[in-house]
Amino acid sequence: MTDAKDERRPAGELEASVLAALWAADAPRTPGQVQLSLGASLARTTVTTILTRLYDKGVIGRRREGRGYAYFPVQDVQDAHGLTARRMHSELDRDSDRERVLARFVAQLSPGDERILRNLLESDGR
Amino acid sequence: MTALLLLPLLLPFALPPLARRALDRLTPVAALWSVTGCAVLLAGCSAAALGLFVLLGLLELPLFAALGELVHPLRTASDAFVVPAAAASAGALAVCGWALVRSTTGQVRAFRAARAEAGRGPAAGDLRVVDSPYPDAYALPGRPHRVVVTTAMLRSLDGSEREVLFAHERAHLAGGHHYALVAAELAAHCHPALRRVRDTVGLAAERAADEAAAVAVGDRRLTARAIARAALAGRAARTARPGFAPGAATGPVPQRVQALLAAPRSPRAGRAVAALLVACAAVSCVASVTGTADVHHRVEVAQGEERP
Repeated sequence: MTDAKDERRPAGELEASVLAALWAADAPRTPGQVQLSLGASLARTTVTTILTRLYDKGVIGRRREGRGYAYFPVQDVQDAHGLTARRMHSELDRDSDRERVLARFVAQLSPGDERILRNLLESDGR
Repeated sequence: MTALLLLPLLLPFALPPLARRALDRLTPVAALWSVTGCAVLLAGCSAAALGLFVLLGLLELPLFAALGELVHPLRTASDAFVVPAAAASAGALAVCGWALVRSTTGQVRAFRAARAEAGRGPAAGDLRVVDSPYPDAYALPGRPHRVVVTTAMLRSLDGSEREVLFAHERAHLAGGHHYALVAAELAAHCHPALRRVRDTVGLAAERAADEAAAVAVGDRRLTARAIARAALAGRAARTARPGFAPGAATGPVPQRVQALLAAPRSPRAGRAVAALLVACAAVSCVASVTGTADVHHRVEVAQGEERP
């Protein structure tokens, strides 16, 4: 199933979705598995093209699996363990001003909020 | 006429309830920009009014009267009012100025730290991934714009929910919502009543991005679910952390989710509240300009250049 609308999206957006899918996975993924785990509906050939492009940029790694490759995300070369990023992130976390300059996806919840959200999710059938 | 200058100082107290109504009645984008514009105008007018009170008080002093080349005493309401008002205004202006400087340096520092952080992680397209056990995601304006997402956030959402997240952050960046957030932040330091407006502007920006994301993925329920799931994942990761103080009132996230699950409202519903916002800003501006013109006239009279 291929949606022409998703195929026409800018290449950068498609690359972002594919990289996100690899980071969300806990093991290397074949192009077929990546295609299934994407929210966007893309042709398998498109997914393979994007994976190859990301591999060429050094953002992801790959290993042989059967007749093709399985891909996995790699951290920055200079920062193999992501320690710097993690430390900076926790420093930013302590900065209350950040809440205001950066539009965050979700704000912190109160216990009441949590109950309301769980009810909403349950009534949504998932 | 000096009493007219009190109006710009009092009108900001009317804005928080008006802003809430605007967010309820107008489309989120319209609410975001109209409330932000109104808050900035009211902040500017209140600062101008404080400045005029200080000026009036200073011209009562012989030294400044001489500097201002006043040949007659300045006609003012009465010294009993003008001098304390000037002292209080000077204090208020100093506090506002200090808060503005501190806030600006803090924001710049946080922004630089965020850009440095985003410059390190693996990138693809506009996405920067930060390896972190805490679910978090934010839009980072700059050249080029970035969407920064932690690995924990990516893992707590499924594929279509991640598309919602990206669409939401891209809507923030494409809509220039950070300008509104910065403006509301600065306005909040100019008048205490505008502090609550800052939260409303923040919520309006999130609502605007939510609606844009719902249009982009074509599914309001999916958008609501993604936001709820991301918020709950963040909650689960954060409960054990120090410095977390849960609020008592219903927070912004359930409001956003509920608004998405409800039907989109018609844009015509909010004409009255839009008119009130415009009126609020207009009255404040007219009062400030009239007050300024009046003070100017009185100074000219005192300088002997105009007849009373």
